[in-house]
Amino acid sequence: MTATLLIEQLLNGLGYGLMLFLLAAGLTLVFGIMDVMNLAHGSLFMGGAYVAAEVHTHNGSFVAAVGVAIAVVVMVALLLEVFLVRRLYGRDHLSQVLATFGLILIADDLVKMIWGPSPVMASAPAALAGPVELLSGLFYPAYRIVLLAAGVAVALGLYLLVNRTRIGMVVRAGASNRAMAEFMGVRVGRVFSLVFLLGAALAALAGALMGPITAVQIGMGEDILIPSLVVLVIGGIGSIRGALVAALLVGLVDTIGRAFVPMALATALPPTVVSDLAPAIAGLATYALMAGVLVFKPAGLFPARG
Amino acid sequence: MNATLPMPSLRRSAAALAAFALSAGALAADPVKVGLALDISGPFATGGAEARDGINLAVKLLGNKLGGQPAEFLQADTAGSPDQAKQVVDRFIQRDKIDFFTGPTPSNVALAVGPTLFAAKVPFITSNPGPSQYAGAQCNPYFFGSAYQNDTWDEAAGKYATEKGFKSAVLIAPNYPAGRDHLTGFKRRFTGNVAGEIYSKVGQLDYAAELAQMRAAKPEAVFFFLPGAMGINFIKQFVASGLSKDITLVTTPASADEDTIAAVGEPMLGLFSTSQWSHDLPNAANEKFVAEFRRAYKRYPTFYAAQAYDVIMALDAAVRDVGGKVQDKPAVLKALKAARFDSVRGPFKYGNNNFPVQDYYLRVIGKNGEGKITNRTLSTPLKAYRDAYFEQCPLKS
Repeated sequence: MTATLLIEQLLNGLGYGLMLFLLAAGLTLVFGIMDVMNLAHGSLFMGGAYVAAEVHTHNGSFVAAVGVAIAVVVMVALLLEVFLVRRLYGRDHLSQVLATFGLILIADDLVKMIWGPSPVMASAPAALAGPVELLSGLFYPAYRIVLLAAGVAVALGLYLLVNRTRIGMVVRAGASNRAMAEFMGVRVGRVFSLVFLLGAALAALAGALMGPITAVQIGMGEDILIPSLVVLVIGGIGSIRGALVAALLVGLVDTIGRAFVPMALATALPPTVVSDLAPAIAGLATYALMAGVLVFKPAGLFPARG
Repeated sequence: MNATLPMPSLRRSAAALAAFALSAGALAADPVKVGLALDISGPFATGGAEARDGINLAVKLLGNKLGGQPAEFLQADTAGSPDQAKQVVDRFIQRDKIDFFTGPTPSNVALAVGPTLFAAKVPFITSNPGPSQYAGAQCNPYFFGSAYQNDTWDEAAGKYATEKGFKSAVLIAPNYPAGRDHLTGFKRRFTGNVAGEIYSKVGQLDYAAELAQMRAAKPEAVFFFLPGAMGINFIKQFVASGLSKDITLVTTPASADEDTIAAVGEPMLGLFSTSQWSHDLPNAANEKFVAEFRRAYKRYPTFYAAQAYDVIMALDAAVRDVGGKVQDKPAVLKALKAARFDSVRGPFKYGNNNFPVQDYYLRVIGKNGEGKITNRTLSTPLKAYRDAYFEQCPLKS
């Protein structure tokens, strides 16, 4: 194994992890602070991807596409919050899961009505279509570097927002003890709405950025929702720091499982056995990580509620 | 009509009688029913949409008839899921009483629905997948691998890669039955060093980890079988990561036909693939098909469309040859196997395992006279070629 391979795979793992973080950050705040299990978070991700792909093909500007995607999804989220999610605050988790699962089905069919059932193949902006030589011999796609940079910037911004601002303080207070925060005079309702919209904006951003390296298709939200829930559980519910650490862990474990497990197995076993075993191990790796973490830390790595 | 009858029991028996009379009367004029389980959504949606267009074109040209008989074509979406496809097939058999079945794009769906269809004696003429299981020990008189056996595309590609002198290759395919078949086929004919064999997840769209492995392995060629959106993303990411400078891509039509070209564009230039069909094959049936397809849909057809069109033409010939008596199963099977129609791929015949004995062509993507990026047929690496499994099939002749 060469150093370039190791570095390239680490970058891949970081990139995937940061995109998971964008989704998990919203999920963990909504669940941690509002105690609402929002399964339709993945549908907001899908919405972001579709709107961005649409604007990008018509307008040609990728920055505008990302901006419009975030704006549209935040508008949709605002309507959702006012008409549905607000009614779910006091309900038990089963009602929330039922209602938001219903939203997934509606969202998938709405997308099918608007864009049709076939996947939309979004493309990266032309200027970023080629590779960049990071170190000698290490070429890395320019678009993925932008993705990494965006992920790091959002993580940093969220850290500052949550840990250094007054709003962040209120959010943290709500996450660690909601009742106490209410008694202390925090206007919880307004914070709730704000957090929900922030989560939606992050999901839309992730969708818009991920579109060009996956495909924009129905069901893409559900596909990424499951690893994001794994991140949420590993990181500890309600903790931004936990979501970041867990997302990077899941990203790395997933990439290691896909890239290095087959190579390691190939040194000891015949190729036919490796081809049977390796994909199974890669598929299990993140769940094994989750199980392992929960054995030692049943509330996740950094639980917001002590 | 019988709602005015006073006695409930009388009413019921009259209704039953009427229903019986209706069904008996309908039997004589029943249309030939063809069940189409298509991939309109899901990971194989690009192929499914093409197959649907090919079928619709054939149905239109035949005037909604098969062998001169009125015909009904029932379409359903399977979303590439074997479970959903099984439900569709159960409904087709039990409620709709179909006479023929075709449509699924992936091999795992074909393998999942096969046993139900065979038990119900419904001929399954595949418009795409040719899993090795159905070509070998599990071959069945009710299954017709009308397009190709999975391994054969790749055997042609492996032969080409060997002749071209590639010393090493990395292979990649999705981890499902067809993925195994395709890579096995390539390895059967490639004599160079296989520097890596990667099985990715079905529907995976981000190939960063796999591309890094390829960069490290430094092969002269990469052979990939990644149908639909998987291949579209793989080629884009392969080019974006700068690997195309040093490594030659070799593939099958599943990632080198018009659907992929339309989505990827310029980076496709110079890509080699092997297939039993190409839109520039010079035979009358193909020229008619391509011209009609372009007129109807304003684009070139893919092999998915060509194969699906061929299936409907094969059904037309079979229904004609049995004089419309589709209930006479032995006669229907014999007529299907005789395949007396002009295939768009040119002449072929079925071997003992109901898979075709046919030619395979090498194609390269370039710009044609109109400046359009498309495939051009170069040579015929395999002539009158038979799949590798026919000896394991217990069927005779």
